[in-house]
Amino acid sequence: MSLTLEAKVPEGPIDQKWRTWLDGHKLVGPRNRSDYNVIVVGTGLAGASAGATLAGMGYQVECFCYQDSARRAHSIAAQGGINATKDYANEGDSVHRLFVDTIKGGDFRARESNVWRLAELSTQIIDQAVAQGVPFNREYGGLLATRSFGGVLVERTFYCRGQTGQQLLLGAYQSLQKQVADGQAVVNSRHEMLDLVIVDGRARGIIARDLVTGELTAHAADAVVLATGGYCNVYYLSTNAIGCNVTATWRAHKRGAGFANPCYTQIHPTCIPQTGDYQSKLTLMSESLRNDGRIWVPRDPQESREPSEVPEEDRYYYLEERYPRFGNLVPRDVASRAAKIVCDDGLGIGGTGRGVYLDFRDAIRDKGESTIAGRYGNLFEMYERITGESPWRTPMKIYPAPHYSMGGLWVDYTLQTTIPGLFAIGEANFSDHGANRLGASAMMQCLADGYFILPHCVTDYLADVSESVDAGHEEFGATRERCQSRLRALLDVGGKTPATIFHRRLGAVMLDRCGITRDADGLQSAISDIREIREEYWRDLRVDGEEKDLNQSLEYAGRVADFLEFAETMCLDALEREESCGCHLRSEHQTEEGEAVRNDARYAHAQVWEYTGPDSQPELHHEELGFEVVEPSTRSYK
Amino acid sequence: MKFELKIWRQDTGAADGAFERHEVDGIDPDASMLEMLDILNERIIAGGGTAIAFDSDCREGICGSCSLLIDGTPHGPRRVTSCQVFMRDFPDGAEISIEPFWATAFPVIRDLIVDRSPFDRIIQSGGYISVTSGPKPEPNSNPIHPEAQEHAMDASICIGCGACVAACPNGAAMLFTGAKAAHLNSLPQGDPERLHRVRSMVRQHDAEGFGGCTNHGECQAACPQEISIKVIGEMNAEYRHAMLEKLRARGGSIEPL
Repeated sequence: MSLTLEAKVPEGPIDQKWRTWLDGHKLVGPRNRSDYNVIVVGTGLAGASAGATLAGMGYQVECFCYQDSARRAHSIAAQGGINATKDYANEGDSVHRLFVDTIKGGDFRARESNVWRLAELSTQIIDQAVAQGVPFNREYGGLLATRSFGGVLVERTFYCRGQTGQQLLLGAYQSLQKQVADGQAVVNSRHEMLDLVIVDGRARGIIARDLVTGELTAHAADAVVLATGGYCNVYYLSTNAIGCNVTATWRAHKRGAGFANPCYTQIHPTCIPQTGDYQSKLTLMSESLRNDGRIWVPRDPQESREPSEVPEEDRYYYLEERYPRFGNLVPRDVASRAAKIVCDDGLGIGGTGRGVYLDFRDAIRDKGESTIAGRYGNLFEMYERITGESPWRTPMKIYPAPHYSMGGLWVDYTLQTTIPGLFAIGEANFSDHGANRLGASAMMQCLADGYFILPHCVTDYLADVSESVDAGHEEFGATRERCQSRLRALLDVGGKTPATIFHRRLGAVMLDRCGITRDADGLQSAISDIREIREEYWRDLRVDGEEKDLNQSLEYAGRVADFLEFAETMCLDALEREESCGCHLRSEHQTEEGEAVRNDARYAHAQVWEYTGPDSQPELHHEELGFEVVEPSTRSYK
Repeated sequence: MKFELKIWRQDTGAADGAFERHEVDGIDPDASMLEMLDILNERIIAGGGTAIAFDSDCREGICGSCSLLIDGTPHGPRRVTSCQVFMRDFPDGAEISIEPFWATAFPVIRDLIVDRSPFDRIIQSGGYISVTSGPKPEPNSNPIHPEAQEHAMDASICIGCGACVAACPNGAAMLFTGAKAAHLNSLPQGDPERLHRVRSMVRQHDAEGFGGCTNHGECQAACPQEISIKVIGEMNAEYRHAMLEKLRARGGSIEPL
């Protein structure tokens, strides 16, 4: 079996492509829709919006989430905002500008046609959310408020205080709950997808584990949508929720779905630094803080004064000095790398030396306490609650942490993976952010996919599906058997060490050698270390409890086992890409000043991996990326 | 730091439960309550025991998964979620009791995990605005008074954790239900369904086995999002109005509603 990567991008000028596709796609009549079942795995912004929309159109929808309610997925933690080209601020913003910013922000490693469509649909998302009752911030006159966010020169970001993700997710969740009430959708909470079922080459359902009873259940459908988020927990410590995992996408990959650009992971610059080994996660502080906070370290590595006592001339505002035009608002990858460089040079602050200051002193002095409180009050409280220090009196301490994965399952223009009938949306796919995601664009992508793109793509696919398959089909039994033996294998290792210990070791390897910077030697040694940890895992793991029971250790052990396989492909991907682009910085490919050096002649493509078996190296395929609208240029934020 | 823990263990909803005592030491003061439980679980597993089950996900105070009754108070004494309780808040050597969120309508599933699906069903009964996906009017053609937006936002920040229920002597979910009603009913988009919404949500609330509000105010005191009890008063007023409207529509009939 070999993958074919046909992107299926419609012909015509870029601003007509989506319209052209919509005008030509196949339809399913309203009376026939209830004959079709669609499975949606994951109920974050992408999954909930897709589930609600498909059900609203009349399809029978079955949703799955591992949390106890569809309202809790980690989209809820997005603080800052969501972009839309409304141009309410009359700055000349346009679809074209958002498109260019996103393509450029992704360092010319995303597919132009997808990004244009995303920019085009951005305004509809705001309209949809307002209609659902999402309480976006408003100006005194009652109109929607916007702000500038994450290195963008226009005010196109809409927000609900510091809780935009929560409010947008509740909007989608409530719409989905209405569909549940109407009998159009079912939500199976506390269920985890363990494998994909393929019949005659098409995705036909999933095997899920009921996390309360431990039963494995088979679910058949006419199409399967994965909205299962990202894989940054491969680093053990990240800003993701504890439960975020790669299992659904990895298992789909093992069943034939191409995995694209796994090495593209974003390390977010503004997180609370790690302080000890006991930590289970890192907390993100919204990037919006960089709008008013100034980032610095002491010029003297021996500096012993309190930060507030350090005079202006002894402070090194390294972003403002290195990037005068964008200053503290440079994109995330640039800000993270700069923080690592000053800390590598011994200028880092805090107990571990891995931290920099984010200082609000000047903003409080110039704009007044009430303005700053209005913008960041709840973020300041959050910081003080966690660290015990008040940003009103002393600068915040921040350091980069793994945050978002741009890589994911390869999808064509219709969000379909290389397995017919299997779709991937939101963070789970690879399509829109290239090698680096800009701020306030994750929620935009999830909701554009879920409300406005995927439902039409699924319709187009279903129009050609004539026969249904039920869960009694032998493939369901066989796949379920495989899941069962894997669970038993995990329980039967009979070693002494809990899965957390292995996960922490894996995370340390990945952060060190496949994190903010990578090089060939480090990646090769990482691969051999990962193999060693994996081998030990299956020799010395101890999982307590029973299979047919609520067993959190077993759930976790399965996820870590998948991370241990996935991590190797991630390193391989980073090794293969001998250039620096976006968040992927190969130390061998940088300027003397430490800026990334891209190689468009050799690497202007997506790297797509095909699974070839447990003991063989995955096969590499390429999707060439053409740039017709923007000429690839060197990103400069100087 | 060192702690004496008294932790509720219960194999299934049907089984009897009991406190189990654990001593933990070597805990970093900056570890969170949940991280302390992670460390304890790691030691329990390595020692051949069965880990303590508890819910958590985002671990930054926003997803609403974590739900521990700490020393008898939902989420502990600091009015934050359980994941935001830090061990530095307790004296070294302290005895700490950890239980699930007790409530008639939240049956225990295992150890510290309870079933909060009644909240989803309350939302299904009316906690939404009926819109399908597709082109919508330009939002700025309908300005919303910033105070109305603020009022909606003050209520919509509810994370659905259930602390209000666990804190209420009557096991009422009126703060949760009232917050959703206040959010949607204070916006023009929520107006057409406002009366149906409160009638239906209150009916579902009662059917789930939650008690009624008798103004103890414990819900507000326990709410990590600091939602005000005034949302309950507003819901009650709205409910009276909704029931009168319904009676009026039925021409004074006294059939049960």
